[in-house]
Amino acid sequence: MKRRVFSIVLAGVICVLPLFCNPYWTDVCVSVGLFALLSLSLNVMLGQAGIFNMGHAAFFAVGAYAAAILNTVCQWPIFLTMIPAGIAAGVFALAVARPIIHLRGDYLLVVTIGIVEIVRIALINDVFGLTGGANGIFNISRPSLFGVKIYKGWQFYYLVWGVTAVSMLLFYGLWRSRFGRALNCIKEDDIAAEGCGINVVGYKLAAFSLGAFWAGMAGAIYASKMVTIAPESFNFSESVLLFAAVILSGGSQLGVLCSVFLFFGLPEVLREFSDARMLIFGLAMMAMMIWRPQGLLPPLPRRYRVAAAAGDGKK
Amino acid sequence: MTLLTVKDLTKIFGGLIAVNDVSFDVAKDSVVGLIGPNGAGKTTVFNCITGNYRPEQGVIEFKGADITGMAPNRIVKMGVARTFQSIRLFPRMSALENVLAGRHCRLKSGFLACMLHTPAQRREEKAAIERCMDELEFVGLSHLYADMGGALAYGQQRLLEIARALASDPELLILDEPAGGMNDQETAGLVELISRIRERGVTILLIEHDMRLVMKVCQKLIALEHGALIAQGDAETVRNNPDVITAYLGVDDEKW
Ligand SMILES: Nc1ncnc2c1ncn2[C@@H]1O[C@H](COP(=O)(O)OP(=O)(O)OP(=O)(O)O)[C@@H](O)[C@H]1O
Ligand SMILES: [Mg+2]
Repeated sequence: MKRRVFSIVLAGVICVLPLFCNPYWTDVCVSVGLFALLSLSLNVMLGQAGIFNMGHAAFFAVGAYAAAILNTVCQWPIFLTMIPAGIAAGVFALAVARPIIHLRGDYLLVVTIGIVEIVRIALINDVFGLTGGANGIFNISRPSLFGVKIYKGWQFYYLVWGVTAVSMLLFYGLWRSRFGRALNCIKEDDIAAEGCGINVVGYKLAAFSLGAFWAGMAGAIYASKMVTIAPESFNFSESVLLFAAVILSGGSQLGVLCSVFLFFGLPEVLREFSDARMLIFGLAMMAMMIWRPQGLLPPLPRRYRVAAAAGDGKK
Repeated sequence: MTLLTVKDLTKIFGGLIAVNDVSFDVAKDSVVGLIGPNGAGKTTVFNCITGNYRPEQGVIEFKGADITGMAPNRIVKMGVARTFQSIRLFPRMSALENVLAGRHCRLKSGFLACMLHTPAQRREEKAAIERCMDELEFVGLSHLYADMGGALAYGQQRLLEIARALASDPELLILDEPAGGMNDQETAGLVELISRIRERGVTILLIEHDMRLVMKVCQKLIALEHGALIAQGDAETVRNNPDVITAYLGVDDEKW
């Protein structure tokens, strides 16, 4: 109940925020929105299925580059590139995850770190002659929706947060279904999950590719917002921050939003304290680990409508 | 009619032969007990049948199909459900969700249907919830449907595992020490539950140390010692088999 009130207030604040922001802060909020989208997609695999992926920026990068290339080389409008960008990231994720998905958490984590680095280095070295090397890709066009060109901060703000809101609804649907339950079972005990008929590898791969697909779409939006993308925008530290944000969130979408504000919004607010901000940030993280090890807001149990007649049953 | 056939099964861990050339059949509509002292290899036989271990040698056939080395989830889908000796529930999911996990393999809603909650998905979900509540009712836990699996009492957790297994519509139910950790009253309830499961047309293969329970429910017994089969046949004969008695003597003669 408290959570519902909190979500409504938060949604309201997000809706009206640009009215009170100067262009700088609007821009910050757009970035926070993109990180929210990324963290929510990471939450599907990490928070729901317990797949330790510390390389989410790799899929973000694949999506951004796919969109940028389709846009600059093939002249596709950005909105049309979103789905192909997602598919590119998803297929890439599927290909790299297939041989490693059975690895235990910590091993998988190390391998996914490797994936981000490989992607970054591949982009710098201009492997396909399409990525523009260290300089990246320029002159990506802005998206336009129903003939309206989106280029102002507030326009991007509503685009990003709109996509985020729709994604949250879809992820919520997934969470409330056999798919979401299967992921939770795998996270709790994968041997028991397999033993009661859940295709563990299949679901892990599905969660992994789905999360990557969404990261790829976020990449397309990012590319069109920045106009220029370069390999250095998709580095390891981003992946670590996303990972930490999802772990700290506790796994609910509301929790993810909160921790995204903490991880990506708060450092901007604290910018005035420049040197001290990392210290404050670090202390906050430590405090969390001590007093709220289960994360900010773990998901509430799903509710089921059960026939009242079930009553007491036999003892 | 034979439902399950195990032929020349051998499983080796490093240098240890945990199961040595074991063969037996399970007839449809029977209750078969697998007995033997600790470390005899009983659980290992189960894990080979359910696909958790790949045997070094031997063939396992279920309804005439070779299931040796098949992935555990596919074996469940074929109609073999199990419980674990060391209870493996999903501790932070509700009792109902634990049973729904067992039902999972019979549900068809694809990933898009799940995301969008299509009418077909909703219908299927509703039917699944009803069915799983029935399974909870069947084992006598329906009043605890919203409790977390890990919060239930030990005996109730065993029953919940059985409900979860039943939700997958098994033809063969494999129970690994279902009475382990249960008190006398709970064990009596289990005997009654096993016969009700039998009446549903589910064949049962179980491991159990409690010989009173075994003699009450099993028609046929298979006895293992040090991985080898030492006797099999109808319950009374195996129980009085001299090899079986020596295997058990000094281990736990209280229960005889
Ligand atoms: N995964 C494994 N790796 C190595 N050795 C194993 C493994 N599983 C079982 N063993 C060994 O195989 C032998 C048979 O074990 P198993 O668990 O099948 O016995 P059991 O008959 O079920 O015994 P209990 O009545 O104690 O459950 C034991 O010596 C055990 O230590
Ligand atoms: Mg055992």
